[in-house]
Amino acid sequence: MAHLQLKKLVKRYPNGFEAVHGIDLDVQDGEFMVLVGPSGCAKSTTLRMVAGLETITGGEVRIGERVVNTLAPGRRGIAMVFQNYALYPHMKVKNNLSFGLRLAGRPKDEITAATAEVAEILEIESLLERLPKELSGGQAQRVALGRALIKKPEVFLFDEPLSNLDAKLRASMRVRITDLHRRLKEEGRPATVIYVTHDQTEAMTMGDRICVMKDGHIMQVADPVTLYDKPENAFVAGFIGTPEMNLIPADLSIAGSHSLKIGTQTIGLQDTLASRIQASADNSEVTLGIRPQHFHLVDDGTPDSLTGEVSALEFMGHEVYLHVNVEGHSLIVVVPGEEYDPSKVRGSKVTLKVNEARAHIFDQASGKNISLT
Amino acid sequence: MTVEVANSSIAEDMDRVNRQIARRQKINSMVRYVLLIAVGFVMLYPLIWLVGASFKTNSEIFTNPGFWPKEPTISGYVKGWQTSTPYTFGHFFWNTFLIILPKTIGTCISASLVAYGFARFEFPFKRVFFSLLIATLLLPNVVTRIPQYLLFRDMGWLDTFLPLWVPSALAGDAFFTFMLVQFLRGIPRDMEEAARVDGANSLQTLWYIVTPLLAPALISVALFQFMWTMNDFLGPLIYLSSVDKFPVSLALKLSIDTTEAFDWNQILAMSVLAITPALIVFFMAQKYFIEGISTGGVKG
Repeated sequence: MAHLQLKKLVKRYPNGFEAVHGIDLDVQDGEFMVLVGPSGCAKSTTLRMVAGLETITGGEVRIGERVVNTLAPGRRGIAMVFQNYALYPHMKVKNNLSFGLRLAGRPKDEITAATAEVAEILEIESLLERLPKELSGGQAQRVALGRALIKKPEVFLFDEPLSNLDAKLRASMRVRITDLHRRLKEEGRPATVIYVTHDQTEAMTMGDRICVMKDGHIMQVADPVTLYDKPENAFVAGFIGTPEMNLIPADLSIAGSHSLKIGTQTIGLQDTLASRIQASADNSEVTLGIRPQHFHLVDDGTPDSLTGEVSALEFMGHEVYLHVNVEGHSLIVVVPGEEYDPSKVRGSKVTLKVNEARAHIFDQASGKNISLT
Repeated sequence: MTVEVANSSIAEDMDRVNRQIARRQKINSMVRYVLLIAVGFVMLYPLIWLVGASFKTNSEIFTNPGFWPKEPTISGYVKGWQTSTPYTFGHFFWNTFLIILPKTIGTCISASLVAYGFARFEFPFKRVFFSLLIATLLLPNVVTRIPQYLLFRDMGWLDTFLPLWVPSALAGDAFFTFMLVQFLRGIPRDMEEAARVDGANSLQTLWYIVTPLLAPALISVALFQFMWTMNDFLGPLIYLSSVDKFPVSLALKLSIDTTEAFDWNQILAMSVLAITPALIVFFMAQKYFIEGISTGGVKG
């Protein structure tokens, strides 16, 4: 267990391409930090720099009190779980688990005891004599997890460990990993974890805190609830949440009462949203951010509402996704199954009221949320 | 009623068509196999004749064109083994072995090291060096024979086995290095990275992780080197002058040189013995050999 710090971390490749632009990140002792972002956002590169598999161009990586920039991966006190398991194909499971300890020249009985302990924790005792090719995907991933666990590292690094598994197995492994993290904490040896994923469900369900990245920059670091309720910018708002948040370009008027003009429609804003907006210029170009769940279907003619036409309809059982075309923007509206009015079909006109308490206003140029309290 | 009749006639038609297709396939494959066997026999005939002739008497070799000996004898083997020198053929086999063993082992070790370097590390002028390596592949052997000879003469290595195996043991055979580099490029790096995270340094990674993965390719390397060295005639001819150091390839020539009337049955008998080790090794390692030259990596 250790505190991990990234300070002004930069990665530039020999061809001049800068993948990571001086990021700062603090991961507390025993914290489960998830790095999430679309592909190409440099989350894996960042992780590999922490691991020592990628050289560091600038800045520093600190594990505990040590700057580890130039240390070999094996000396950093880390263990890593790879996306495609990276088990040694010619070694039995027990030898895969104990490879690191054997290299370190640990005594035989200690290795045997450690292997048995890890095998018990991950319920892989029956697999110890098998070769990796005789394992299923889930079993192989458990062995890969065991290989990390046996080292008792200061920091665990996970590089998209579940993306090769099918949906059902992924869900159960998710629980297993978070359970393991909690269990280690309860046993008094909390593990600091950095977990890279592109799957926001994994991020939201597993992380103590989540670091959202884009193009080598950190967009926001926060716990899942804050990230969902108070995104700092339009990127985070759009990335977190399924279906994703509707982002609608609008003109904000703050002269007199606040109002938003979307195409030809204007909605006056209530105090719940208006009071939060920190905008000085009138008629500024903004983006209205509203999650699909935070619309209400209202009667035609309700003041301060948006009207549009249903362009598609997805029936999910417990809820219905309406794709509504409002002024040329395609919005998704989630209606609970029991509130769905079957007369609303493709081509129907609908009137939508925005739940302003849950809406956000982003500055269009910078993408910054200007309605955070 | 009409429907039933129609159905049964359709069934008969289909049956007939199926039978025709089956017959045509049978004829096709028969033609194919007969052709293959015939061509194979033509290709193998010299080898079969060689084995047959080694059991013939010297006079029968030229009178009987068939390969089956009329009066089989092993005198060719017995006399051929004795040779016309103070040494038996066993001695020459031992000499060949003394060249092959360090050469093959040395090639495997050095080619793996160099290939690992080229495939996995970044260093200045890497592309230039790799181009040079490929360039040596294209260089005809004869071009370097004389400079090499002068070099080894100055080093005092003439009439020793050293010039025959030391260059190869120092990754001098660019072909093998190139082959291993290509093989390594097809192996994902994750396992090596996992080993580094587990605390292995580069050499430990090579030994514990890369070499086992390279095994099929290394077997091909060893097999090629074994067969090429076994068959090498020019190398020993240039560098070895004492008869007691001759390998099998030179010893075979020796029996042609020293007698006026050649004992062909002895020469043929010893030729059969000379190709036997290569054949045995090839058939033993055939599975890995084919895997090594046909795959570029490991399956997931």
